[in-house]
Amino acid sequence: MATSRDDFVIAFRSAFLKKKDKQKFSLISLIFLSILIIILSSFDFKIVKIIKSGINDVIYRSSFIVSIPENKIKNINNQIETHFKIYNNYQNIETELEILKQERLTYNFLKIENEKLRKLMNESINSNELVAKVLIDRESPFLKSIILNKGSRDKVEIGMVIIDGVYLVGKIIEVNYTNSRALLLSDINSKIPVILQPLGIQAIASGVGEEYGNIQYSKEEYKDIFNISEVIVYTSGLGGLFKAGIPVGKIYKDNIDKINFFSDFRQLEYVKISSYDFEGNN
Amino acid sequence: MKSLNKVPIFKFIFSYIPIIILFISVFNEFDFNFINLEYFSFNFVHILVFYWTLKNPIYLGYFSIFIAGIINDVVVALPVGISSFCYLLICTLTSYLRNITLSPNFIKDWFFLLFIILLINSIQVLILDLIFLIEVNYFKYLVNTGFTFILYPIFLVLFNYIYQNISITNYD
Repeated sequence: MATSRDDFVIAFRSAFLKKKDKQKFSLISLIFLSILIIILSSFDFKIVKIIKSGINDVIYRSSFIVSIPENKIKNINNQIETHFKIYNNYQNIETELEILKQERLTYNFLKIENEKLRKLMNESINSNELVAKVLIDRESPFLKSIILNKGSRDKVEIGMVIIDGVYLVGKIIEVNYTNSRALLLSDINSKIPVILQPLGIQAIASGVGEEYGNIQYSKEEYKDIFNISEVIVYTSGLGGLFKAGIPVGKIYKDNIDKINFFSDFRQLEYVKISSYDFEGNN
Repeated sequence: MKSLNKVPIFKFIFSYIPIIILFISVFNEFDFNFINLEYFSFNFVHILVFYWTLKNPIYLGYFSIFIAGIINDVVVALPVGISSFCYLLICTLTSYLRNITLSPNFIKDWFFLLFIILLINSIQVLILDLIFLIEVNYFKYLVNTGFTFILYPIFLVLFNYIYQNISITNYD
């Protein structure tokens, strides 16, 4: 019994402390170093932040270069998929275009009316926008985020909104000197206030780690009054981070808790980083 | 490949193949996300570190593994240090297994891998959930662990092939 315990101790000591010919560091010292780094990274010290930001800058750029071959394969794959989709969707698109042309007339009227009303209320929303390139769209199984090539040098700040065309994509959660990380709406930690139109119900759009989102904290009677084929999800503007009315996604009647995002997060190349200044007398 | 081994420059390159693969995989991740398979993900680095540190740790230095962990944390946006800690735990356990094993057995190694990845994923989830308060999807971790375990034999064949060639370069 004592011998087997001695064997265990010898094997364990050897595993932890013994350095092989080419090893410059013992395992135990590196394990302690990584624990120290975990502890330091959980604190908000300025020096740690600066070092972390520098490391992030270098690693993101390197990762972008190393990812070039994979991105090429991904693009070819997307192009093939798109080619088949274009052919199949041509008829549907033509019909939809005709409907959209008709709706545009109504939209233009509403837009002018909205601007007039805002002037009357002495309320305005100023937005600052800059275009950023997606450096890395690493969708790990555990985190849905993208790295953008704009950082604190370009006056990007935490909380700024990411837009793809006119559709909401996510928000900035980490800013380094030359780049920044945006959390996508599909991430499990993403929660934004939305309004479901035309029902007019306030809710929270939550990511689930998939290509779709979920509706949370809506009114109970929401399910009873869902009597139309589809509902559009817009940002509600509550909380003051997002402007009201940014399209997020669609909900279909067959699954009324599931938000189908308008933007395809796998195919983002360029996005807009926006911030909004709300001015008014209210 | 064997004939190339006699050229000094190739000899040098071949001995660094595991480290090159390690760094490419942490910078780039072989995640195959663009295939968009809903329930498919595996941790290639876990397999890589497990195989090479179990087989012969001289090809994959502990310090390189530590640095690779830091890079992985930055790329995947995990709190810095967690992956290094997990990778080094794999090294510790493989080193222990190597010390107590007289005759290596594939099935034993395979199930030991399952034990290791279950252990380190549990530690990772605990640190993320309880210390950093980051919400994690337990099911995805479980799927990831499952596929990492299932795919090990495929990579074992590939790594064995590389290992044989590297060994020839070192001993010829």
